[in-house]
Amino acid sequence: MAEEKEGKKKKTPRQSMPEQGPAVRAKNFDEVPFGYDEETAMLEASRCLQCKKPSCVEGCPVSVDIPAFIAKIKEGDFTGACRKLWERNALPAVCGRVCPQELQCEGKCIVGKKGDPVAIGNLERFAADWERHHGTGELPPIEEPTGKRVAVVGSGPSGLTVAGDLILKGHDVTVFEAFHLPGGVLIYGIPEFRLPKEIVGQEVNFLVRQGVNLETNQVVGRTVTIDELFEQGYDAVYLGVGAGLPRFLNIPGENLIGIYSANEYLTRSNLMKAYLFPKYDTPIIKGKNVVTLGAGNVAMDSARTALRLGAESSKIVYRRSRQEVPARSAEVHHAEEEGVEFHFLTNPVRFFGDEKNRLTGMECLQMELGEPDDSGRRRPLPIKGSEFKLECDLAIIAVGAGANPLLTQSTEGLKLNNWGYIITDPKTGKTSKKGVWAGGDIVTGAATVILAMGAGRQAADSIDDYLKWGW
Amino acid sequence: MFKIVRKEEMSEGNVILNEIEAPLIAQKAKPGQFVILKANETGERIPLTMADTDPEKGTITVIYMVVGKSTALFKTLQVGDEYQDVIGPLGKPTHVEKVGTVVCVGGGTGIAVLHPITRAMKEAGNHVIAIIGARSKDLLILEDQMRAASSDLRVCTDDGSYGHHGFVTDVLKEVCEKEDVAQAVLIGPVPMMKFASLVTKEYNIPTLVSLNPIMVDGTGMCGGCRVTIGGKTKFACVDGPEFDGHQVDYDELMARLQAYCEQEKQCYEEFCTLEQA
Ligand SMILES: Cc1cc2nc3c(=O)[nH]c(=O)nc-3n(C[C@H](O)[C@H](O)[C@H](O)COP(=O)(O)OP(=O)(O)OC[C@H]3O[C@@H](n4cnc5c(N)ncnc54)[C@H](O)[C@@H]3O)c2cc1C
Ligand SMILES: Cc1cc2nc3c(=O)[nH]c(=O)nc-3n(C[C@H](O)[C@H](O)[C@H](O)COP(=O)(O)OP(=O)(O)OC[C@H]3O[C@@H](n4cnc5c(N)ncnc54)[C@H](O)[C@@H]3O)c2cc1C
Ligand code: SF4
Ligand code: SF4
Ligand code: FES
Repeated sequence: MAEEKEGKKKKTPRQSMPEQGPAVRAKNFDEVPFGYDEETAMLEASRCLQCKKPSCVEGCPVSVDIPAFIAKIKEGDFTGACRKLWERNALPAVCGRVCPQELQCEGKCIVGKKGDPVAIGNLERFAADWERHHGTGELPPIEEPTGKRVAVVGSGPSGLTVAGDLILKGHDVTVFEAFHLPGGVLIYGIPEFRLPKEIVGQEVNFLVRQGVNLETNQVVGRTVTIDELFEQGYDAVYLGVGAGLPRFLNIPGENLIGIYSANEYLTRSNLMKAYLFPKYDTPIIKGKNVVTLGAGNVAMDSARTALRLGAESSKIVYRRSRQEVPARSAEVHHAEEEGVEFHFLTNPVRFFGDEKNRLTGMECLQMELGEPDDSGRRRPLPIKGSEFKLECDLAIIAVGAGANPLLTQSTEGLKLNNWGYIITDPKTGKTSKKGVWAGGDIVTGAATVILAMGAGRQAADSIDDYLKWGW
Repeated sequence: MFKIVRKEEMSEGNVILNEIEAPLIAQKAKPGQFVILKANETGERIPLTMADTDPEKGTITVIYMVVGKSTALFKTLQVGDEYQDVIGPLGKPTHVEKVGTVVCVGGGTGIAVLHPITRAMKEAGNHVIAIIGARSKDLLILEDQMRAASSDLRVCTDDGSYGHHGFVTDVLKEVCEKEDVAQAVLIGPVPMMKFASLVTKEYNIPTLVSLNPIMVDGTGMCGGCRVTIGGKTKFACVDGPEFDGHQVDYDELMARLQAYCEQEKQCYEEFCTLEQA
């Protein structure tokens, strides 16, 4: 008994990651956390109880064998840890950084019941980074060529997963990407300070080294259609085109200069590197008083980018309350530390501009929480007469994304739901069109990296079956 | 990589023609569609309409005016050089059908955009009256090609150095008065499209214009190209670039085109200083 008590006292606390201080990092685009060193990682790994029935695994959408990879870290076998991760997750360096762990693996970790859960995400990131920096770069074995050709449309996490899985099975895989660079949201959406582009580049390069063909600048539906891909001899097509349609608020003044969709703002900054203007040619409006509408990851990324581009104030305006904020808790925490101000229960009503059509401010309405609605969330209701003005010269609309119709409308025989998302069989990812699979945000609506990857893995298994046995 | 196989300078070196190897796009493109080009790693994505395509040869032709840093950079590319990225064909093709008499009005580099549409309108069996204008004779482009593409060509210059002395709108009014025009296509600087649309509106002539807002992706994913048409927001890259000329909010478009004017000036000046050094 006494021994156990003593053991409890010596319990190792959750190891935090060293990171750039808020004042410094709010002025640069370098990654915020530095990562664990080997000792810290091994110490953190020792906190895992190696549960026989690990509840953490249930929380992970792709069922990473969490105790197994953590055990390898504890032993100092970092390569082994990364290989364990790869069995279920092709992009651990990405997921370790961007998964909403508090809702998934870490949210279910038993250690978290009484204290802080094991830092599974941080450990995942450590193992993947270690392998990237010190690993042999040895390619996994590839099966005999099958002679079958697969076209993957979209190079986001979902498409990359499909490509990675099917190349290993000996199929000939070509990825078609509309942009000039591959990576999807990982390249154009999530900023450098959260996910260095070098990591995404290396992951893509890894696939190319295994033989995946990459065709950028190919807008499928325009440059080539899906039926033409079949005519060219492709045997199967996977659609992982994401949810690339910006949603606006549809309130007066929304087309003033100085109002961006988050997609445009982040694409200019990340993909086009407007933060390095004029070294890079694409300009971006740098506001002094910036307001971001919405409170998801996209909104946090926008509000924090604005600070780095020199904003004096960066505000988040959100119509619901703090409890409903959908962003990862780490991002909200980082944003607050950096000085982003949060205005909850606040609804935008209209924008104002000057004679040159440039944004000067917006009108908002204060909200209060009413009765719970069908979803059980208390619905925000406007408070009469609570209008107030907020000065701003840049507003970023980050209230979600919809289904981009460019590809789906140019493809016959593809069943869509009322919102334009592709309908698939939930077990296989099969669409209503023979030989065509889909997954990721274009099926589920804007979701997460790991869900998009999980859908890709499922579809890849089904495509492999099809290529061997038929539809 | 997309190699330049032909380059011509016109309009006192201010307007450049590039014929570019892009076989996939050449096979697909229809009149009215555009491409997005990026010269190099650090370059901007610039939309340009295809002035011509040659599916057999696998080339597309663009004609652009040098107005800022990116187009000045394009101008430095010579035959044999390559664009890093060319994406297309983007936008909806022009709806071409036999309607009777069609009047096609072009100003400045708008003439380059107008040319394939004019040709298609004539090939569809229409009687095509083309009206083209420039500030002066030396700045006029594609006169011979436009003559060949139309049934009847009228030319105007602002300074009277060639053809009719005055604006295209004057000649357009005359044509609308005299002829039974079934369709008008107006392509040029925004003010030209705005005022020419007012003319065709007077005569109740269905009118198409091609809009050139600032774009990023060209696939409907950023909303940067939004324009107001009949009070509704549309994305020019996927819903257009052609719209009903009588419904366009031209003043909003003109303002939005100035969004980056200060940064563009800085960027252009730095580039010109470097060029001269
Ligand atoms: C700013 C931002 C921050 C986010 N932060 C997080 C986070 O912290 N954690 C998290 O888990 N999730 C986050 N997400 C969500 C996550 O990124 C997405 O759910 C995920 O990327 C979806 O993957 P996907 O492969 O389905 O599509 P995408 O990543 O959207 O990729 C689709 C790709 O297809 C291409 N494409 C589209 N149409 C065509 C066409 N016709 N032809 C060819 N190519 C085409 C696109 O250019 C794109 O490259 C964030 C999203 C954004 C925008
Ligand atoms: C669908 C479409 C088709 C076009 N076709 C042609 C064409 O055939 N020939 C031609 O000469 N021009 C065409 N344009 C306009 C051309 O894209 C711009 O002139 C060019 O982008 C200017 O870039 P810049 O860096 O040289 O000049 P900048 O210094 O960037 O800008 C000079 C002016 O050009 C406009 N502009 C800047 N960036 C863009 C952009 N990305 N898109 C549109 N306008 C912009 C602005 O009004 C600005 O004031 C087209 C535009 C669109 C949208
Ligand atoms: S993939 Fe995401 S949810 Fe699964 S273990 Fe890794 S961080 Fe957790
Ligand atoms: S639930 Fe927590 S303690 Fe148990 S195996 Fe998973 S990470 Fe380790
Ligand atoms: S250019 Fe981005 S939506 Fe049209």
